Amino acid sequence: MTDMLKEFKQSILISLWFVFLTFPLMVVRVNTTESLVEWRWMNMVWVALGSFILSYLWRYMLARQQARKKVADSGLEKQSKVTLLLEDATFRYRAMAVLLVLALIFPLAFDTYQSTIMISALIYVVLGLGLNITVGLAGLLDLGYVAFFAVGAYSYALLNHHFDLGFWTVLPLGGILGCLFGIILGFPILRLRGDYLAIVTLGFGMIVKIVLENWSDFSFGPSGIAQIDRPGLFGIDMDLAGSTIYIYYIMIAMVVFTILVTMRLRNSRIGRAWIALREDEIACVAMGIDMARTKLSAYALGAFWAGMVGVLFAAKTTFINPASFTFMESAIILSIVVLGGMGSILGVILGAFILILLPEYMRAFSEYRMLAFGAAMVLMMIFRPQGIISNIRQKYEYKGLQKETDNG
Amino acid sequence: MDYFIELFLGGLTRGSIYALIALGYTMVYGIIQLINFAHGEIYMIGAFVALIVAGVCTIYGFTGVSVLIIAAVAAVIYASAYGYTLEKIAYRPLRGAPRLSPLISAIGMSIFLQNYVLLAQTPDFLPFPSLIPDFEFMEPVAHIIGSPELVILITTFVTMILLTLLIKKTKVGKAMRATQQDMNMARLVGVNVDRVISLTFVIGSALAAIGGVLVASYIGQVNFYIGFLAGVKAFTAAVLGGIGSIPGAVLGGLVLGWTESFAAGYISSDYEDVFAFGLLVLILILRPAGLLGKSRKQKV
Repeated sequence: MTDMLKEFKQSILISLWFVFLTFPLMVVRVNTTESLVEWRWMNMVWVALGSFILSYLWRYMLARQQARKKVADSGLEKQSKVTLLLEDATFRYRAMAVLLVLALIFPLAFDTYQSTIMISALIYVVLGLGLNITVGLAGLLDLGYVAFFAVGAYSYALLNHHFDLGFWTVLPLGGILGCLFGIILGFPILRLRGDYLAIVTLGFGMIVKIVLENWSDFSFGPSGIAQIDRPGLFGIDMDLAGSTIYIYYIMIAMVVFTILVTMRLRNSRIGRAWIALREDEIACVAMGIDMARTKLSAYALGAFWAGMVGVLFAAKTTFINPASFTFMESAIILSIVVLGGMGSILGVILGAFILILLPEYMRAFSEYRMLAFGAAMVLMMIFRPQGIISNIRQKYEYKGLQKETDNG
Repeated sequence: MDYFIELFLGGLTRGSIYALIALGYTMVYGIIQLINFAHGEIYMIGAFVALIVAGVCTIYGFTGVSVLIIAAVAAVIYASAYGYTLEKIAYRPLRGAPRLSPLISAIGMSIFLQNYVLLAQTPDFLPFPSLIPDFEFMEPVAHIIGSPELVILITTFVTMILLTLLIKKTKVGKAMRATQQDMNMARLVGVNVDRVISLTFVIGSALAAIGGVLVASYIGQVNFYIGFLAGVKAFTAAVLGGIGSIPGAVLGGLVLGWTESFAAGYISSDYEDVFAFGLLVLILILRPAGLLGKSRKQKV
């Protein structure tokens, strides 16, 4: 009983503290031009109620977290049903087949608008998977990822504008250019660790945007480039609906391609080197892994996908300007990776769909989108650092012993 | 020559603001090796609170310097409170987690606070009243340096001296230095490490708020996004000087301020930010420990 009273008291205090904290920003609004002060007392009530309830939830979650940690420490942790199901190979293949069929009939079942939304979600899937290589596998925090996306988009827009190059020619070119930029950025920062890396990549992302905005002779400045060609199909003329469906299928193919490549990469020699580098850099180098090459390849391959999907983005929207490549985009892609589960392919895909489709279909809440993203990033780190679906590492088990004991 | 002096003083003013914000980064980094990404947002909240308080005060009939003082005090109190809460919610539960986790949490917090202010107040730029009066004795040199610049320089200078005294001479400062050198050892000799970390956040946030009020009344407008760029720049300054080092943060701020000012004045003002980040990359390649930082040997 005293415990409950104590908790109640604590929650009251927390709620009072938040009322104090949010008072000037949530309650008062000043209009200096007309000398009016607007008092929004209702907000204060909401803050008090909300923080009171949330403080209970917070304590409960922290307690649960602690309990789980204890279980994990004792080594008796049970694997959840979802993980067990996902580790089952036959189930995985069947699920994939069903999803692929669903994905293929999607544009035929729904209208153009739905397809367009789906395309943008798929673009973020590929971006998330690309960043997943750099952040999730190699553990190099990249806050300027959108710069590579911009490189791809602008390379198609400019090559198309000046030289009339087609979509299919530029698609690999965009990827390679993205790669090159990844290496260019990678070289100077090879020596830096975690947090410095984050800030330099952030700076790099901003430099690219500033250059695109100001170097008007090259990039046409803030007004951007319009009338970019849509992807062609043997010279067939397509209307908007037709080409949307076409782009949708290209995107599906790209997603499948990305998934296959990243899956193979993760279990390859270089993928293991990335994971080792993420876990412990010093031990990894001591084991004879070339740090420079491993890090550079993580950057280059991560950037490759961004460059490629950038080309597609330009072809889809037919108009690009620097405003599409802000830090917020980088933050969204990063939160896709973090929320989905760093290193986990399925998690990242799920994360992209949730983060992109949810605000799209819940228009009423779309203002609160970034607020929710920010909060979700913090909460995820505290309560579920492994993400929605944690990375499943390939395991090799010795099965012989099991049989022997069965017989004996 | 006048142009040169003007740029020099402009850089000095700008640099001293960067230094004020950079101190918060450096102090936090020195103790828990975390880039407090949301520090720029604390600065922005400081400026916003000052704007709101100043607005309310003016409407209810206060005038002159009293408004400035009330607004500044409110900004400092609120920014400190936000810094304290921020540490408790977003960083304390993550102590001992892998290094990437608190960093991502910090980025999340930064996005959250930006959008919180955006939704609670306004997405537009708000005009900030010029709270700093024009001094008469500044008239003869007004074409080179204005009164606001003078106030900024003096405030920064005084704040730095107070901070140095706090860290070098008081018991709290000693505890902070001890925690910075070795957290576990400090705990063993009876330093309340949690409280020292909270205090570091509070002091850093207060400095950022002072910077926020000064900048806002100098530039004359505020919106929810100002903290982001200022934060990145201040972090650049902190790295430039050697992160973890307090004189380094000041030096880094000034160097960054001058670089931007001269580059904007003599080369092109469009690429001002590019020069700042270019300088950061250059320093990190040539001297990763920063200008005044000690390079730490990594031991296994």
